[in-house]
Amino acid sequence: MKLLTLNFLTCARKTCKSNAAAFPLHPKEAELEQVETDMNPLFIKNILPRLDWEAMKTLTTELGLPNLPAETPSDEELATDGEPSQTAKDLHTLLMETSIQSGKLVCGNCEHEYAVKEGIANFLLPSHMV
Amino acid sequence: MSRPEDNLPPDLFYNEKEARQYTTSSRIRNIQADMTHRALELLDLQEPSFILDIGCGSGLSGEILSGVEEDEGGPHTWVGMDISSSMLAQALERDVEGDMLLADIGQGVPFRAGSFDAAISISAIQWLCNAETSDVSPEGRLKRFFDGLYASLKRGGKAVCQFYPKNAQQRSLISNAAIKAGFGAGILEDDPETKSVKVYLVLSVGGGDVTGAVSGMENVDVMDARRKERKRGKEFEKKGSKAWIMRKKSQMEAKGKVVKTSSKYTGRRRKTAF
Repeated sequence: MKLLTLNFLTCARKTCKSNAAAFPLHPKEAELEQVETDMNPLFIKNILPRLDWEAMKTLTTELGLPNLPAETPSDEELATDGEPSQTAKDLHTLLMETSIQSGKLVCGNCEHEYAVKEGIANFLLPSHMV
Repeated sequence: MSRPEDNLPPDLFYNEKEARQYTTSSRIRNIQADMTHRALELLDLQEPSFILDIGCGSGLSGEILSGVEEDEGGPHTWVGMDISSSMLAQALERDVEGDMLLADIGQGVPFRAGSFDAAISISAIQWLCNAETSDVSPEGRLKRFFDGLYASLKRGGKAVCQFYPKNAQQRSLISNAAIKAGFGAGILEDDPETKSVKVYLVLSVGGGDVTGAVSGMENVDVMDARRKERKRGKEFEKKGSKAWIMRKKSQMEAKGKVVKTSSKYTGRRRKTAF
């Protein structure tokens, strides 16, 4: 699962919906994988304002990845002379190419663990937890 | 034709064998591809977007989403949800580009508010009308799904769900659930009144009017079934008028109170004394 997706996932339980601690989910025993994909600068630009930068920062520290700048990069930083800049390339590597292959995602509120296998997270809940 | 929905729940129906057949059958692939293209046409996305694929299965529709040409506003990035692990295994084998979750859409959509530009669903949401255990109901599952979907789409976002309703009742059950969640909703029918009728539920967050989704398309008739705002009878009768008095009297009578009999003098104004 791409780190991009992880920046949008919350706990699936109804009781967690209203709790701020249900987002972001915290990776545990995560195995990362790097898959090269084509860059799509326009998509990066479109998705950037919607990213939760604070969550992104906690995620990179938890995964032991290099630290991110304190603020969301601005639109101007993404391109130099019409070409995607280094910042944009780094964002692409982080969001689109880095993925969690296996491990667990833990809700900060109810501490429920969602298993991730082969890059697919299991969000099925037993009926008593819905 | 038998409906798979009538036999087994989706996670059991799409077992390894069924999932493989579904994914490799060229007939199903063609139908799915046509419907995905139609849904994309309805979504009318201009820029590379972040799309939720509900009931993504083996990624037949997702493939098309990531394959949209640059000059047509693509390629899009998608996240899929499906309840059948065999279907997702097929998707892994085929090495699709999007992310996938094993999740039951009837349990809600586990994304934070405003995540997606659009959502697409091909032949999935009719499964919501099945309640497999006694502690869930179709209405409850539909409500959780549409509430979750509404929240996870950004403002101005659109969703197109192609589905196979069992009958008119199921069709209105689904569309009413969407309207109740706050969507502006419309149903587009392709090839109506034939065996291969395709029903698309077009939903929009904010903005309300979904007929705009088909403007500029050829061969589309718009039938507006929205209820016009109607003044309730109560509002145009003035308090103290004859109609008002008669209504109040019948109300009191219905309650079992003693009410004076009505005559032609009831509710008439007295003439002024001087």
